[in-house]
Amino acid sequence: MSIFRLSPPYLAGANHVTLQMMQVVLALVPAIVAMVYFFGYGVLVNITLAVAVALATEVLMLKIRERPLKPFLSDGSAVVTAVLLALAIPPLAPWWLTTVGVVFAIVFAKHLYGGLGYNPFNPAMVGYVLLLLSFPVEMTTWLPVASMSQQPVDLIMAVTYVFTGNLPGALSIDALSGATPLDAMKTQISQLRTPEVIMNQPLFGMFGGKGWEWVNFWFLIGGIYLIYIRVISWHVPVAMIGALFVISSIFQLIAPDLTGTPMFHLFSGATMIGAFFIATDPVSGSTTLKGRLIFGAGVGLLTFVIRVWGGYPDGVAFAVILMNMLVPLIDYYTQPRVYGAR
Amino acid sequence: MTQQQLGSFPGGLKLPGHKKRSTQTPIRKMPISKCLILPLQQHIGEAAVPIVEVGEKVLKGQRIARAEGHVSVCLHAPTSGVIKAIADHQVPHPSGLTAPCVMIETDGEDRWIERKPVADFRSLSSHEIRQRVREAGIVGLGGAGFPSFIKLNPGVQHHVETLLINGAECEPYITCDGMIMRERAAGIIEGIEIMMFALQAKECIIAIEDNKPESISAMRFALTANKTMNEITRIVIIPTKYPTGGEKQLIQIVTGKQVPSGGLPIDIGIVCHNPGTAYAVGRAIRYGEPLISRIVTVTGTDVTHAGNFETLFGTPIRELLDFCETKRQPDEPFIMGGPMMGYNLSGDDLPITKTSNCILAGVDDVAIASQPLPCIRCGECAVACPASLLPQQIYWYSRSKEFDKTEEYNLFDCIECGCCDYVCPSKIPLVSYFRFAKTEIMNQERERRKSDIARERHENRLARLERERQEKEERQKQRKAALAASKAAQKKAEHTETASTSQTTAVKEEN
Repeated sequence: MSIFRLSPPYLAGANHVTLQMMQVVLALVPAIVAMVYFFGYGVLVNITLAVAVALATEVLMLKIRERPLKPFLSDGSAVVTAVLLALAIPPLAPWWLTTVGVVFAIVFAKHLYGGLGYNPFNPAMVGYVLLLLSFPVEMTTWLPVASMSQQPVDLIMAVTYVFTGNLPGALSIDALSGATPLDAMKTQISQLRTPEVIMNQPLFGMFGGKGWEWVNFWFLIGGIYLIYIRVISWHVPVAMIGALFVISSIFQLIAPDLTGTPMFHLFSGATMIGAFFIATDPVSGSTTLKGRLIFGAGVGLLTFVIRVWGGYPDGVAFAVILMNMLVPLIDYYTQPRVYGAR
Repeated sequence: MTQQQLGSFPGGLKLPGHKKRSTQTPIRKMPISKCLILPLQQHIGEAAVPIVEVGEKVLKGQRIARAEGHVSVCLHAPTSGVIKAIADHQVPHPSGLTAPCVMIETDGEDRWIERKPVADFRSLSSHEIRQRVREAGIVGLGGAGFPSFIKLNPGVQHHVETLLINGAECEPYITCDGMIMRERAAGIIEGIEIMMFALQAKECIIAIEDNKPESISAMRFALTANKTMNEITRIVIIPTKYPTGGEKQLIQIVTGKQVPSGGLPIDIGIVCHNPGTAYAVGRAIRYGEPLISRIVTVTGTDVTHAGNFETLFGTPIRELLDFCETKRQPDEPFIMGGPMMGYNLSGDDLPITKTSNCILAGVDDVAIASQPLPCIRCGECAVACPASLLPQQIYWYSRSKEFDKTEEYNLFDCIECGCCDYVCPSKIPLVSYFRFAKTEIMNQERERRKSDIARERHENRLARLERERQEKEERQKQRKAALAASKAAQKKAEHTETASTSQTTAVKEEN
């Protein structure tokens, strides 16, 4: 018999942090494929760079904090943070943008709070928000979907641009980039166009942004897979998507010209990645089941509020961080009734 | 009888049962060992007090130690032989401590002492039944070892509605209850009848997990043979889910009721017993046989011929393992009890006691000792907890030794089933933290009580001194006052005397 644990239970469950993290990455694959299809190889360059920087930073921080490398490097949490942040950054972002975001996420949002398990805020979103506030131009230089661009972004072009900032020939990044559907919707509504008119533009697809609706769809599929294999519970995604749907439906009825349709909100921007991959981060989210419903609903409502009345086209990152702040309060007031409680 | 709607409890686990490994052969009798080691404490409560001398010859079933205090039971010689020693010996306890034991050198004759069977238990009073159960040394054979006679007393304030026989046996690998129900169903029913009589219970529910169809049909068959019992007994088949065999969880499944926090099942009119205990009660009353052996499951991946063995108390575990043939090295640790709630022991001379339900050598999917990762707050533990606790919060506060907070999060409602440990992706030994916190709190409580008593004593002393001082003062004051009063009285008397004389003179002068 091998050396078994000195205290019961002696039976081991299959669940493991590393396994969970790897399953999260696996569930992201379809959406990553979709993003590469629509936005070019820059997505892959971002992910590779972000993961490399994240692991290097993790090693450095573990060394400085005198923590063992093997268990913490292999837990996979740094990889998940890196991939999520890379997916939130424009596909043709300069290398330093990704690096700054990832380093800040790993050093400040994670290790300075005590490392895995102790961060009150979602590290990927902290990194994202830092970039968004500090480098608004670079962070909003998104590409339109490949079919609309005269110059599809191939791998060599992506690598060259990310690391040198040069594009072949006379191309400039401004010629390649364009507003995201959420951005276009927000700007044009402020110019008093109606959502219906805006939705007819080539930037938009069936009910969301062209390409974006498919990316969201594949995040949704990946998320359902995670619920099915019990890596995440259904509470946060259902509450978040439900709340976003309900509030956008209400405003659809009482003020149809205010913003896009409920379906537009569900299948645009970071809705689905937020619902299934970001708001479900266990460390910075609520732990009780009732608390998760409140947490998810809060993220959904705040996302809508920021998208419609805030200064930014999307609000998922801010919504998640704001709700992270409420987690201790939510957890305290949503304790389940214990067996036999009088 | 019709199957009633079953309740359920939150959380729990679907675990691989691994029960077939030890149910392929009938219960076998373990050969009598040359030397039996009998700890004086094999039950919860006060240890029994030996009443035999070294060198004395004892017969099978002869009492060798008497119950001491209320929560205690007697101990008997499992076979005939000579008392070799009364000395400390290592006992099967997770601490690895030694405790006083009676050692018997067996003579192989296995000669019984005279037994006093009672053909009709109804001729006894409820009190007499309890007395006999206590004399017979019967304790709960499910594993905890609480003296059974106490749980056969409905008491004055309570009224027992239901006797619940816990045949769930939800822990993987263990099969001793399942096997005794298969093979000795009639004897169990006989015992249940006596228990019901002692408790004055209205109905009996026998709960068995649906992974033991043989036990269910055997119990059903035995029940049909007993007309009176058949009318008031229900066999309830419950889904296989760990820990359905937890007393509180079983009650919730079978009745839908919950035992109040900090209370006992009897508070809601239920008393729980193990089928093996029921069988032992039947033997004790009907045949006058004290509890001298039990069914022990010997199983595990290292055991070649796993099975269930009727084993005399005191039999060295090594002999049992050797009898089954194992791949295990001498002195390699093994598990006493199930893989979820048992504890690991090492020491080949440890004896089988009244609470040894299972010897487990080698577990499939064994948990390896490893450095746990930090808690990632995934909440799986809370989902798995059958008591609806928040294990990760209690863990957090146990770790930081904020024990009052652990109590706020209902630490003491934790039944230590280990579900949270099993599902934890960070492999944190949560139950160990909870046990640590519980022990610390109980120690603090004891310390506090001790210091409370000391303080009270000190305060009482101060109060007494103060009182004595005051009394003294009071007495002095009184004495002074009395003195003053008497002086004053004297003076007054003198004064009045002079006054009256002067008056008289005045009057006289007037006249």
